[in-house]
Amino acid sequence: MQQQVASVATADTALAKMTLEEEGKRKKRLWALGLMGFFALISIGTFVYNEYYIYLSVYLWFGLIYGMCLQYGRFCFSSAFRDLFAIKVPRMLVGIVIATLLFGAVSAPITASGLSTFHAAPVSSHAIIAGVFFGIGMVIAGGCASSSLYKTGEGNMNALLVILSLSLTQALFADVGGWANYFVPDAWAQSALEKGLPASITVSDGWVDQYLAGYVWNQPAVTYAEVLGMPNASVSGAFVGNLLVGILIPAALLLAVVYTLYWRKGYRNKKQKEGKDVSGLKGELAGYWAMIIANKRTATAGLILGIACALHMLVIQGLRVKFGFRNAGTMLDRIGWDFGLSVQGTVFDPGYWYVTTQEAQWVGWTLQKMGVENLDNIYFGFVNGIPNPAINPADWMSFALIGGAAIIALYHNEFKFKKPTWETAMWSIIGGAFMGIGARLGLGCNVGAFFVRVANGDCSGWLFGLGMAGGAYLGVKFFNWWTERKLAKEFEACGL
Amino acid sequence: MGMKFEKTDEGRYRLNVNGYVCPHPQIYTKKALEKLASGDILELFFDNPSSGESIEAMIDNDGNTLVEKMVEAGQFEWHIQKA
Repeated sequence: MQQQVASVATADTALAKMTLEEEGKRKKRLWALGLMGFFALISIGTFVYNEYYIYLSVYLWFGLIYGMCLQYGRFCFSSAFRDLFAIKVPRMLVGIVIATLLFGAVSAPITASGLSTFHAAPVSSHAIIAGVFFGIGMVIAGGCASSSLYKTGEGNMNALLVILSLSLTQALFADVGGWANYFVPDAWAQSALEKGLPASITVSDGWVDQYLAGYVWNQPAVTYAEVLGMPNASVSGAFVGNLLVGILIPAALLLAVVYTLYWRKGYRNKKQKEGKDVSGLKGELAGYWAMIIANKRTATAGLILGIACALHMLVIQGLRVKFGFRNAGTMLDRIGWDFGLSVQGTVFDPGYWYVTTQEAQWVGWTLQKMGVENLDNIYFGFVNGIPNPAINPADWMSFALIGGAAIIALYHNEFKFKKPTWETAMWSIIGGAFMGIGARLGLGCNVGAFFVRVANGDCSGWLFGLGMAGGAYLGVKFFNWWTERKLAKEFEACGL
Repeated sequence: MGMKFEKTDEGRYRLNVNGYVCPHPQIYTKKALEKLASGDILELFFDNPSSGESIEAMIDNDGNTLVEKMVEAGQFEWHIQKA
């Protein structure tokens, strides 16, 4: 009898627990719906106030889609390189290469039609060095620039710290002068002065200013199509030069190397245990294909990301034509938000997915409000401006990206508010700082300097990627040493 | 809270990496599994969803077995048997 009572009580407790869990899930899904409604209200409310705000809403809704895709696909460039070197898992790298390829395939017709908003970046060894800084940073921080945004949407406050560190470092690094000028080569200083920049830009005072105007701007900005002598905005240039030569061939070769070094052995062992024949070219091709389709979730997210990125370019270009401006700075000026425009009247308005500059801008804006004069540097004062974050188009995108990730995380019951520990906070801040320096040296992050550039045939994209891989390798070496040191005592206590 | 690795029974070990983000959970798991003997069980506690994806792929690649997989409100408890 007592046993019966006990088992009924246990069943009741289990039922109550299940009901609580279901209730918790239901509440989280309501929060997800509420968030979606919040973004819809922003869009509708601002559009009713002034139709120009639809331009910002386009950034917002594409940001929301990017956030959803990133969270669903666990899309993380840091994981791509780090897991390869640290635990010999190529899953994410393969997913990201496939996603880049799919994005390239969607971008090619837009480039061919001449409607692309993409511009190639200067190409030289600086992209590799920048990538090394960024790669070290993303491993130490535990996430790249874009994954830190989506992880913030999952409630991960370490990721938020990474974003804060990355944003602050960029804003400070872009403006560093004084003592840092001693590290500027004379040739850069001279070349920067010869660019004839407006008087409000103090180009002789600022390391990054002289690096940009005295070195980076002197490098060629070309796509693979242009290197091969084809016009970029042509069918042959976009499909043969950029897509085939610039993306498909290098991606296939990279995947072949990854297959040989990281996938082949494990795959063959598994198949042989199952009694399957893996001999000959047929066996190799089957293994290669199995590796490519192993990460369907990331590849699916990548395909949607690719389509969204390409559509984003098209819609922004369409709105620019409709409203008759080439940069959102003109629009902001028309609606009365004229503070923080660059000396050219522009603001950062990439027209596609980008992560880091808008993060530097909101800190730049805050510093300016605190009395720091930072509109005298090229990054803020000549090119991107520091508009109020409340009406900064790219900030709307990043804000919505966090929201989109939160919606999917809440819907799948994966949202968890996670506080940093002292140790993880330290890694977030150090890693974010490294990424901030890398992003400013490379004129972009894993998205702007790698993903978007590679997918659009920009020659500097793979160079940044090569640097990121090298930096990630160094970061993994460091963490291997760190974790072995910490585990040694625990192993000893267990007699291992 | 820091990382904790302890022996819970003969052939059973517990690794708690709650609070850690990538890449710590996967690196600690890899190193712990390397130390274990064939047939030993590692009870892994973590709360970083994206680490789970990497750890699962690593288990599969290395031929180990994920014998139990539990998750509740973002808290993961996995039992891994070393091959």
